[in-house]
Order: sequence, then C-alpha cells, then structure tokens
Amino acid sequence: MSDLIRASLDHCVKCTICESFCPVSQVTPLFPGPKYAGPQAERYRGIGVSPDSSIDYCSGCGICTTVCPQDVKIAEINSRARAKLWEERGIPLRNQLIARPSVLGRLGNPVAPLANWALHNRAVRSLVQSVIGVHRDAPMPRFAGRTFQKRSRTHAGAADAPAVVYFHGCGTNFYEPILGEMVVAVLEHNGFRVIIPRQDCCGLPLQSNGNFPAARSYVRRLVANLAPYARQGLPIVANSTSCGLMLKREAHEILGMDDEDLKAVSGSMFDLMEFLLGLHDRGELRTDFGSLPLTVPYHAPCQQRGHGIGKPALDLLALVPDLDTIELEVDCCGIAGTYGLKKEKYEISMAVGKRLFDDIRATGSDIAACDSETCRWQIAHGADVSAVHPVELLHRAYGLDTNGSRRAHAGAAGRRERSGS
Amino acid sequence: MSYDTLVVGAGLAGLTTALRLTEQGQKVVIVARGVGATHLAPATVDVLGYLGEERVDSPASALTTLLADVPGHPYGRVSRQQIGASLEWFCRRLERLGYAGGLDHNGLFPTAIGVARPSALAPRTMLGGDLRDGGRFLFVGLRGFKDFHPSLLADNLAHARLPAPVMARALELEPPAERRGDLSGRLLARRFDSGELTDWLVRALQGRVEAEERVGLPPVLGLRRADETLADLENRLERHVFEVPTLPPSIPGMRLYDTLTAALRKAGARLVINAAVVGAQAHDGQIESVQVASAATTMSYRTHSVVLASGGFASGGLTLDSRGAARETVFDLPVAGVPEDGATRFVAGYFDAQPLSRAGVAVDDLLRPTDRDGCPVYRNLHAAGAILAGAVPWKEKSGTGISVATGYAAADAILAPSAVGVSGSIG
Repeated sequence: MSDLIRASLDHCVKCTICESFCPVSQVTPLFPGPKYAGPQAERYRGIGVSPDSSIDYCSGCGICTTVCPQDVKIAEINSRARAKLWEERGIPLRNQLIARPSVLGRLGNPVAPLANWALHNRAVRSLVQSVIGVHRDAPMPRFAGRTFQKRSRTHAGAADAPAVVYFHGCGTNFYEPILGEMVVAVLEHNGFRVIIPRQDCCGLPLQSNGNFPAARSYVRRLVANLAPYARQGLPIVANSTSCGLMLKREAHEILGMDDEDLKAVSGSMFDLMEFLLGLHDRGELRTDFGSLPLTVPYHAPCQQRGHGIGKPALDLLALVPDLDTIELEVDCCGIAGTYGLKKEKYEISMAVGKRLFDDIRATGSDIAACDSETCRWQIAHGADVSAVHPVELLHRAYGLDTNGSRRAHAGAAGRRERSGS
Repeated sequence: MSYDTLVVGAGLAGLTTALRLTEQGQKVVIVARGVGATHLAPATVDVLGYLGEERVDSPASALTTLLADVPGHPYGRVSRQQIGASLEWFCRRLERLGYAGGLDHNGLFPTAIGVARPSALAPRTMLGGDLRDGGRFLFVGLRGFKDFHPSLLADNLAHARLPAPVMARALELEPPAERRGDLSGRLLARRFDSGELTDWLVRALQGRVEAEERVGLPPVLGLRRADETLADLENRLERHVFEVPTLPPSIPGMRLYDTLTAALRKAGARLVINAAVVGAQAHDGQIESVQVASAATTMSYRTHSVVLASGGFASGGLTLDSRGAARETVFDLPVAGVPEDGATRFVAGYFDAQPLSRAGVAVDDLLRPTDRDGCPVYRNLHAAGAILAGAVPWKEKSGTGISVATGYAAADAILAPSAVGVSGSIG
C-alpha cells in the first residue's frame, strides 16, 4: 500500500490543478505548492536526506488530493515526506505537545478554571509563545471541566432500539461535551440506542506533526475498542470530520496501516451528517423540525471534503423550515488542525482564512456552521461569530433538550474564547 | 440520494450540462474524481480554430468543411443551431465574466509566447487583446512571475501572420515584495484582489504607455474582482487593458470554474468532488442507480439520467494500457476510433494530429454512447466533452467549443429528446 501511494506520483501529469487550489501557497512563498513539494520533490527523496524543508509549511489540509483528477495522493505523499523530515531532524517539543489532545485534555480538565484562565491570559500566552512556540493569538478552546465520557456514563437510552456507535473524538470529550449530548439526543430522537465506547485520540494530530509511530499506536488502541462493534455490523458515527476521515482512509493511506481491526472500523465509519442523510434517503429520518428563522453560512471543512460524500449537511439543513443556509465557497479556514497554532504559521493560517472570514462577515449572520472543531474555533476567532456544528441546528430545530442547558451553549465556545483572549 | 440527472465530471462539459439542467428545474448532482481542465485552459471558448494548417476566420462556415472531412466528429452529433444557441446561452449565463463573440467570426488573441490564437468567445478581461484590427500594444511583465516574458511575446508577435499590422513592445516591472523569489499567479491574483497591486501598477505605468497603446498583462488580475480591477486600470491609465493567457494554473479558468459552480450551488445542484463512479445498476437498458465510491464506503445514487463528461486520456476518462488497448474508465463503454492493429497510432510530431486522439465514445444523435452496431448502450446515458470520439482538439482548437456545445446538447437531449435528433443534425 505504502508503495502504491508513492507510485501514484507517476500519474501526475503536472497539470497544476492542485497548485491552483492550494490555500497555503497562494498566501506565502514559503510553501512552493503541492505539486512541487509532492510528486516532483518526492523523486529526490528516495535515499538520503530530504532535499529541502519547505514541506513543513504544507498545512496538510488535503485539498490537493481532493481536487486531483488523476488520483495522485499528493497530500499523503507530502504528509509522509514531512514525517521523514522530522524523523531526520527530531520533532520539536511543541509539536509533540500540541499533537496529544487527549493528554492535554486529561491534564487540563481537572483544573479547567485555572487552565482556561491561563490559556486565555495574554501574559501567559506571550510566555507560552516565547518558550514553547504556540502563537499567543491562536484560537484555543476551553476545557469543559467534566468530560463527555463522564457526563454520558449515567445516560441510558431505550434498550430495545437499534444501536449506533458514537465516536465522539477528543474535541467533544474535553471541550464540547454539550455537542456530544446533542448528537446523542438527535440520534435517540431518530430511534437509536447510542453506544459510547471508551475511546482515546485517533492519532491524527501526531500524524500531521510527523510522529507516525505514536500515531499508529493511538490508532491501534482506538480501533481495538471500536472493531468489536463494527464486526457486529453496527454503524459507527463521528461528528469530527477529520477524526472520522482518519479512520476511514488516512490511517491506511498515510500511516500505511493494514490491521484487520482498522479495516473493520473503516468500513463501518460514517460521518454524522452522512449517516443522517442516509437515514433520510431511506425515509427513516424524522423530519418533525420546527421553524428556525436563521440565516447560517455553512463551511464544509477540508477534511469533510476529503470524505468524498458531497455536503450532506446542506441537504439536512434544507429540511428545516425557515432556515436559510448559505454555502460558503472558500476552501480552507487556515487552521488545519494544529498548523495555525504554531507561532511561525499563525499569520499564514489567518491569511488563508481571511477570505472565509470576510465572506462570513458579509452575510451579516452572527452564527456559522462547520463540521470540524478546530475549524469552528478558527472561524469563531477570525470572523467573530458563534461557530456551531450543523447537528446543533438540527437539534435546535427538533426542539430537543440535553442534560446541559441548550440555550446557554448556543455556540458559545467561540464567543467566550474571544472575550477571554 | 435521488436525482433527475447525475453528471460524471466537473470540467467544462459537465458543468455546462449541469447548469443547463439545473436552470430548467432539474435536481442535479455532479460526481467527479477531481476538478476538470478549466484550471488548465485559458477560459476562452474555441469552437474551431484550425482546419488542417489553415487558421479559421469563421467557425460557422468552416464547420461544414470539417464535417465533410470528418463525419464522425463530435460536432456532427449536434445541430448548427445548438452550437450557436450554446454559445449565446454561455455568454448570457456567464454575464459576470463578460464573454463576447460568436460562431460567425473568431477573435485573434495573443498567447504568452506571441501566437495569435483563434477563439469564438473570450471573457471581458481578454477582449482588449483582439489582434484582428492591428494596432499598438505594450506587453507588461511582472518580474518573479516565470510564466510570462513580455519581450518574447512582443518579438514573436512582430513575426506572426496577422490580418492587420501590429506593433508590440515589452516592459518588465518589479512588483513590490517582502522577499525576492518566484511569484505564483495565485499570489499575484490575490494581491490584485486586495487592490494593493492595482495602485502600484498604475503608478509604475504612469507616463510609460504611449498614446493609442493597449496594455497586455499576465492573466493574474484577481480571482474575485478581476472585472473591477480591469475597469479601474483602464480608467486610470486611459488605455485598453487586457490579459494574455499563459501556462496553468489558469486564473481566468479558475474564475470560470468558480462562476459556474457558484451558479450551480445557487440553483441547488450538488457537487461531490473526490468521489469516483464505479458502476451502475441497469434494468431493461435503463440505468437506475449509480455506485459512487468515497473515502471508505460506496453509496448508491438513484437517477433518471446520466451524463458522462469524464474527459479523455488527459483527464482519466480514457486509459490506454501497455498493449495498446483503450478503455472507458467509468462504465466500460465500447471505445471507438482506436486505430486498427497495424495502423498508425502515433505520428512523429508531438503536436501533430495523433490518430489515437480521435479515440473516445461514439454516440447517436441524442449523444448516447453506442455499441458496435450503433445502438445506445443505455437509453438514459448521454456523453459530452472530451470523452467523445472523433476530434483532435488541440490541433483543431476545438476542445472547449465541443465541451460547451455537447454539454448544452446533452441537456437538451434529456429535457426534450424529441426536439433534437437525426433531423437536427448537420452530420
């Protein structure tokens, strides 16, 4: 498999379609573009050291692979090249740190008030920037205090209902547990029993920061927990499009993993919106939506488009009476997971996102929808709006309630984060 | 999902068909492995630029000759009226980009290496470069942008065969930059969009453009507001200003793609990029659903009609194996036009009319792919664009014209099959 990915560079006809879409190379000359850094430079990476370090400025958004008409695995080749580069040079402490969201989550959550104060305090952030290299203005979520795992442990659904497995990811667990409760409520409203297995990080941040061995062990642990359900034929749904894509495709194509557990999980993995639209296709989705008189710009994040499923959120939101959705036409918000947190890349990430932020502001709406958590945090930071997962709108239109207060949440992650920073 | 029409391919043909169908009230989904050749081509619509080595002045009259020589040409499967209507529709639908021209006369637009290129339609940003009436031209390069060398352009143009005398000279300017290095077209386009390079360019050209001179620039005047930038430059310089297309990535092509896809989104069509059509379920000669492979799963899309606009060899719609067998990659349709065993498949000149380039899908007058006996393979499958057999697009300068005309005609065939067909054909 590993060789097939690399061999795909021979399908490159140098058409430059990837270059024309690359969000990074259009704002900075520091990254020469996916074709140059990928299919071209890869030919020089066979033996010896990496020819140049510009590959580190690739954000790993994956748009190049998405738009390539020749099926060249450009982003995958570049991810591997980046890992090789850091293998040669040693991964900086900062990258090791920010690539472990579940470790950070376990450290931060028990002391959430203190951690949140620190992460949103300018003096502390300036210190963090100079010592560790995380940009002081980069968007940071807030620790929830009580994780989604803990909050949902006592929750019981209807025992005889058909089951669906929920892969909530670290973002939901440590920062947005209320989102997790909304996902559960929406699935239960549609007649499912929601199984929430114990789960750790999917390894994606480690992968994009070049630590493949550590990323693989995270994947192995996670799929070992999820595979038994997949083998029972149960669907697994993920509300984080990037973590879902990691298990669908990237762990196999970038990390080169071929485990049986992973294969079982990949074949049962659905993006939440994909799953709900599938229900609707079969006439099984409840459409008892109440009116939601809102205009909401929607951004499909890069990793969502990597699924190759279209934009099911648009079809679902179109079912809600009086909800007007504006599909945004900008490709990337710039954050790319942990890329925009880094002090040398923050400005690039904000420049990438500028057009998206401008377009969101131009709609006049104070709320925007987006499926990926880090993109939501970036959008809230850059466009000064509340950024919500599309399921939050469905949840509201269904008139559902969670254990927590729905209204108090209302996409507050972004807003609160800004006012604190 | 259930759709009226599923279009395979997001190039010019697929987008044209999809938009035409969507505006007629159809529910349309485009499924594509990636983006098509819009990002590579100069964004002109070239119906027919050359007959053999002869440059074509009027595509309308040259089409008759072409179809007498090449009866199996894709233009033989659509009526002259449809070709004309497709161009009018295209200009109307893409009003924002200001396309002008038509079937009666080709414009002559300079390329970055100073060749006069015949095109039926050109966008507003290129119209000022029409060489047919001759005149004085100043070509301005931006140092650091490697794909545009104004002196090469001006020199070659001085030697080009043109209907009227052209005087051309060159000027190279150094755009302000934080650091020296290569400048990509996208970087420059973005800086024009923000207005920052427009002011600089006006200042830099002040007093350096002679009276009556038209100013030719690389095609980087912005992605989002190139028209405003163009108007601004023309007002402030008091000269005609135009873009000269160059190597990909093509910023004018990206504008075209962005405008078409924005119109599609607005009209409610769905775009699924990064997914592959891997098969179809048919019953009684009729496709009922299409299988689409995504990252890890395969989904079934129900649809009443299908348009195959997957492109030719360059876009992966056709493949050629090492034994010389050509294959249509989506539905495994019969491939016509492959030279017989023993016949010449390739000729020595790289840019000559390669016999193999005529390979593709043969279609009936409803643009439905046919089998060896000339019968449609499926009653509701149509084909458009570079997948069609019979053309040598780069030699004829006909690729984009075929895409627009057949994309439009495929939509007609789906919307009102009785209105088109054998009687309407000029073949």
